[in-house]
Amino acid sequence: MTLTHEPIEGEHFIVVSETTGESWEIVVGLEVHCELATVTKLFCGCPNMFGDEPNTNVCPVCLGLPGSLPVLNHNVVELAIRLGRALHCTVEPSVFARKNYFYPDMPKDYQVSQFDKPINVDGWLDLPDGTRVGIERAHIEEDTGKNTHAGGSGRIHGADYSLVDYNRAGVPLVEIVGRPHIRHPEQAKTYIDELRAILLTTGASDAKMEEGSLRVDANVSVRRVGDTALGTRCEVKNLNSLRSLGRAIEYEARRQVDLLETGERIKQETRHWDEGAGRTRAGRSKEEAQDYRYFQEPDLVPLAPSAEWIAAIDAAMPPLPAARRDALASSAGVAVTETSVVIAVQRDLDQLALATIAAGGDGKRVLTHVEHNLSGDGATDLNPATFAQLVSLELGGQLTATQAKTVLAEMVTSGRAPDVIAAELGFEAMDSSELEGIVDGLIAESPDEWADFCTGDDKKRGKLQGFFTGKIMKATKGQADGKAVAALLESRRAESL
Amino acid sequence: MSARLTRDNVAKVADLARLNLSEAELERYTEQLGAVLDHAEDVASLDLDGVPPTAHPLPLVNVLRDDVVVEGVDREEVLSQAPSVEDRRFRVPAILGEEP
Repeated sequence: MTLTHEPIEGEHFIVVSETTGESWEIVVGLEVHCELATVTKLFCGCPNMFGDEPNTNVCPVCLGLPGSLPVLNHNVVELAIRLGRALHCTVEPSVFARKNYFYPDMPKDYQVSQFDKPINVDGWLDLPDGTRVGIERAHIEEDTGKNTHAGGSGRIHGADYSLVDYNRAGVPLVEIVGRPHIRHPEQAKTYIDELRAILLTTGASDAKMEEGSLRVDANVSVRRVGDTALGTRCEVKNLNSLRSLGRAIEYEARRQVDLLETGERIKQETRHWDEGAGRTRAGRSKEEAQDYRYFQEPDLVPLAPSAEWIAAIDAAMPPLPAARRDALASSAGVAVTETSVVIAVQRDLDQLALATIAAGGDGKRVLTHVEHNLSGDGATDLNPATFAQLVSLELGGQLTATQAKTVLAEMVTSGRAPDVIAAELGFEAMDSSELEGIVDGLIAESPDEWADFCTGDDKKRGKLQGFFTGKIMKATKGQADGKAVAALLESRRAESL
Repeated sequence: MSARLTRDNVAKVADLARLNLSEAELERYTEQLGAVLDHAEDVASLDLDGVPPTAHPLPLVNVLRDDVVVEGVDREEVLSQAPSVEDRRFRVPAILGEEP
């Protein structure tokens, strides 16, 4: 079966089955676990550190030794509230619960989490495209140890035994449970990008997918376009990159549509993404649903952050990505959904762009440079006044777009003024009569090509436009302005017809 | 014996807790656990409107510690007490079933 993605009215995305012609809507809700950027673990003073030698950051509490008692880390609560408030959640009095299961990644045989009374509830996250994704809850829990499956195939199935490192056991996590408001694989990736930006802005987490400090599970279902009830969902795990996330959602949606169209039912289950094979696989099926026998953790008292504490966190909240995009877009006079605006904030270059615009730089040109010619590294140190000066030189015609890009790169490295760099590189405004002389000379050199350029079809003319432009750029050592060259060629062509 | 707790309930809970109970034990625990539930039922029969649920017997909230490192335990000492160790990690039997 072949399926295609097509936007409907630019908002909903569907898969159209080519076998039946029916349209299906993809519905996705994401669950994100992120490790909090604390110094120590959730309930003990062991360092919260990625990549240390195995089993060096352990103590009786995180090893689950008898008689040890957990004590909650103040900074975990601080960061969890900060994140919750950034996601527009309400902070509630909360209690911790034991989630019981038998698996050697938790030596206690339970994970301390929050169950029926989570700390953050009922918020939302706005995507750059304007979609508002609801946040059901964002609760605190502890991370598990790391298993390495040894022998056999080296994977979980068929392994002879497993090796466990408890450095990660007890590292603080916040699990952010999003509502099923996502409608497309790309939108899921954007949601994670946006969430990552919020995690970084609030300092709650370093949010590195490759190091596992940000982990994503996707609940995927499909329904016929027009249906309002949710379909049966499958939870897809083992998504180690944004690319995997997008591919897995698409694969899973196709699989479900395929099943439903052949009259089968979707079984609610956990499925694992296999990046190599490009497909999801059912885990070992369980006879009965997981029963974690949650109950309140008797070793921890309830958490009830004061109104003053929450207010202080609100007051200290740094500007969040959505607000930063609004500010930049309005200052530059462009739509808030512009890619350049989104990228400027992602690269943390919005302050530079704002300052440059304030110093007189043209908003659109500034954003073009930020999007195409500046990466995050080093660019934040650019002087807004000289950046604005460069943009003015470019708009005034003293520098071509290509030259401006070269000068800008040099400004980032050396911090010198654009006019000095331009003069040094020999970038001088080319006299229009000088350019005309060169162009006329080149036309005379290639009479056959010129004739074809003047009379040929669009395809031929496009090709020969490139031919002449290349020669002109070579003859002028790249100093000719691309737009001026195109205009000149066109006027000469008009004259010769 | 409690009307709310059956022998099958206890067998299921025992299975979840990885306990291998004999028939006699199942019977005994069904009775004992039933008595606990009966007591809870007695409490529930009281008029508790306006009484907030008790999350913890201690009248405390927000027991917190500062986010500072406290030295843990020596790795070699811990590993020396494990039944099996390989490559500075705890070696455990092959994990059947699914990761939670």
